[in-house]
Amino acid sequence: MIYFDNSATTKPHPDVLISYTEAAQTYFANPSSLHRLGGSAEQLLTACRKQAAQLLHVGENEILFTSGGTEGNNLAIKGTALQKKRIGNHIITTTVEHPSVLETCAELENQGFKVTYVDVDKYGYVTAEKIKAAITDQTILVSVMHVNNELGTIQPIKTIGQMLTEFPHITFHVDHVQGAGKVALDIKKSNIHLCTLSAHKFHGMKGSGILYKAADTRIVAQLSGGGQEQALRSGTENVPGITAMVKALRLAIEELRVHPAKLFELRERLWAGLSKMDDVVLHSPPAGAPHIVNFSVPGLKPEVLVHALGEKDIYVSTKSACSSKNSDASAVLLACGVPDTQAESAIRVSFSYDNTQQEVDYFLQILDKTLTHLKKVMR
Amino acid sequence: MQYDHILIRYGEMALKGKNRKHFTKQLEYNVKDQIRPYPKAKIERTRDRMYIHLHGEKPEPIVEACRNIFGIHSFSLAIRTENEELAIKQAALQLLLDNTAGTSFKISCRRTNKKFPIDSQEMNQRIGAYVLQNSEGYPVDVRKPGVDIMVEIRERATYVTGQKIKGPGGLPAGSSGKTLLMLSGGIDSPVAGYLAMKRGVEIEAIHFHSPPYTNERAKQKVIDLAQTLSKFGAKVKIHVVPFTDLQVKVHQEIPFGYSMTVMRRMMMRISERIAEKHGIMSLTSGESLGQVASQTMESMFAINEVTNYPILRPLITMDKSDIIDIAKQIDTYEISTRPYDDCCTVFVPEAPKTKPRREKVHLYEGTIDFSAEFERAIEGTEIITALPNEDNSPFADLL
Repeated sequence: MIYFDNSATTKPHPDVLISYTEAAQTYFANPSSLHRLGGSAEQLLTACRKQAAQLLHVGENEILFTSGGTEGNNLAIKGTALQKKRIGNHIITTTVEHPSVLETCAELENQGFKVTYVDVDKYGYVTAEKIKAAITDQTILVSVMHVNNELGTIQPIKTIGQMLTEFPHITFHVDHVQGAGKVALDIKKSNIHLCTLSAHKFHGMKGSGILYKAADTRIVAQLSGGGQEQALRSGTENVPGITAMVKALRLAIEELRVHPAKLFELRERLWAGLSKMDDVVLHSPPAGAPHIVNFSVPGLKPEVLVHALGEKDIYVSTKSACSSKNSDASAVLLACGVPDTQAESAIRVSFSYDNTQQEVDYFLQILDKTLTHLKKVMR
Repeated sequence: MQYDHILIRYGEMALKGKNRKHFTKQLEYNVKDQIRPYPKAKIERTRDRMYIHLHGEKPEPIVEACRNIFGIHSFSLAIRTENEELAIKQAALQLLLDNTAGTSFKISCRRTNKKFPIDSQEMNQRIGAYVLQNSEGYPVDVRKPGVDIMVEIRERATYVTGQKIKGPGGLPAGSSGKTLLMLSGGIDSPVAGYLAMKRGVEIEAIHFHSPPYTNERAKQKVIDLAQTLSKFGAKVKIHVVPFTDLQVKVHQEIPFGYSMTVMRRMMMRISERIAEKHGIMSLTSGESLGQVASQTMESMFAINEVTNYPILRPLITMDKSDIIDIAKQIDTYEISTRPYDDCCTVFVPEAPKTKPRREKVHLYEGTIDFSAEFERAIEGTEIITALPNEDNSPFADLL
């Protein structure tokens, strides 16, 4: 099997599964329970929080455990909008965000907030200047993703964050779901107030995530209840899921430190191979994230290609898995000005650390064969 | 290009004349303790500077550690590069961008290696120009720069040293002897410990544990506090005294208004015994005048009677709000405010005497024999060591 759909989700790391099982068996008690078992679960939770904080270079009180990317983005955006509605009603984001950001913004528009969707260039890049130009005296929130989930575009987060230091009343949210463990992000130096991570994108388990919230940033809770997570995210803590996530985050960051070039090498090899194929149009920016390559074979339905490759036990995506059930064109690619015919036929290859050069070579070989075959059939 | 070493400057202790070596040695010992998890990093100590040679270790965690080590006045990161113009320029830029967020700068170049073709004046200008072209928000200011980037072109390599990062000052923990800190788990006692450490005092802690009236979490809280404090010096030993029997007896036998006073006297006596046993010459408490019933002048008069050991009370005249500010700054506040009872909050009488009288205390204490419980408490005392870096975490394998 060749699994090249790591931006949709990753396979849990075997050591992460061991930690999950052990935590679920031994530390199953409710961390809020008074007895010793509850106490040890609480200690484990504290240790998780500490390690997450160290890995992200932030404070322990700045880590909120959530259920994942969608919840993190919802909490960040709605939580800020409600917190600051008396100060202003304007939100700035981009046209290429994940649906959990775009749909949340759309929902807020229905409630009377105004949203500016800043446009991007042909590679999906937004600039600090464009964001700055959109700021009004009503602006309360800027939300920009770190790494684009379809293209791999790395947004200039640090530049935007530093530009925003001139506007201390604006909260800066970054959707770091695709970047975590793959592309380094300095949360503090980038002046980020809220930052979303999701465990299953870095070989953790589904159902766990982190929302970083700077100590002096205030948001309104979206889930009310027992007051867990500083009363910002009530609900009994998912201790095994959190344990697994924090372990996975450590492994991913260590991998990035030990083999910083590995993903780049895979991408370069794939890029070189794809560039040689006449029918292939590359969409990802040349200097994009090392784990995502997006391309089209114009005229060919991407589902056909996905299924043809699937028969060879090779797994890739058409645009993002979250929106790939409607088979129209990729909104992200359209936003970049890619023509309809190409935007309809986009394929995304996304790597992780367990992929190899051999897999890339085999993929290229099969792709070439498949394309030749499909062309004969379809014409 | 990578960070090569950290340059550490001493503060006040550089002034301490003949004792200087005593202080710098202690500092070296403390730094060593803090960087133990990074085995490749090595320390070199000279008369007025200390260097941590990184040998490939990541600088960030060591920088974080240095921020907390008393006796460090300031420190700077340095990059080692080839004697090559572009490499030197890149190093200067990297230092600036990595460690600051927009500040004025100046370049101070020294060329001891005269074979290097560009003289230092010219290098200053070229590096400055390069930084200006490749950054935003970093103006040159040669008179009052926010950062002075020092470039030393030597025989084999060039060392580029970045901006000064402030250390906590004070004297190296351990250079002024040792004290036994009475660590309850509240907000005040860790702050008292911190302030004592700032003047060079090494601490051990004593904690009174009364299970089942106080629980494991209360004990864990104290361990976490001690560990947080250990980051400002070296490891902290905690003497955990099993206090239940003695406390229950005091509660049962002593009239209500005086039970608190007598309990405090017992704690003081036990602390003195433990200090004596371990060669510690003073006690430290987080008392602040008038804050609670046991901290009035009259209470201290009645309680202090049982020991003639010096008692350091760094907080004695401080306001609660100032104490809380320090607690937040040293990261103990969040731990202290975890909501578990400690031995001072169980069995508290409704109305403890704020003005206890010595004669009455003598009268009540004199009629009852506490010695069996007292000795058991001392014998049962358990020592837990809190290390600055938690390689002692029970969850290391899981995480």
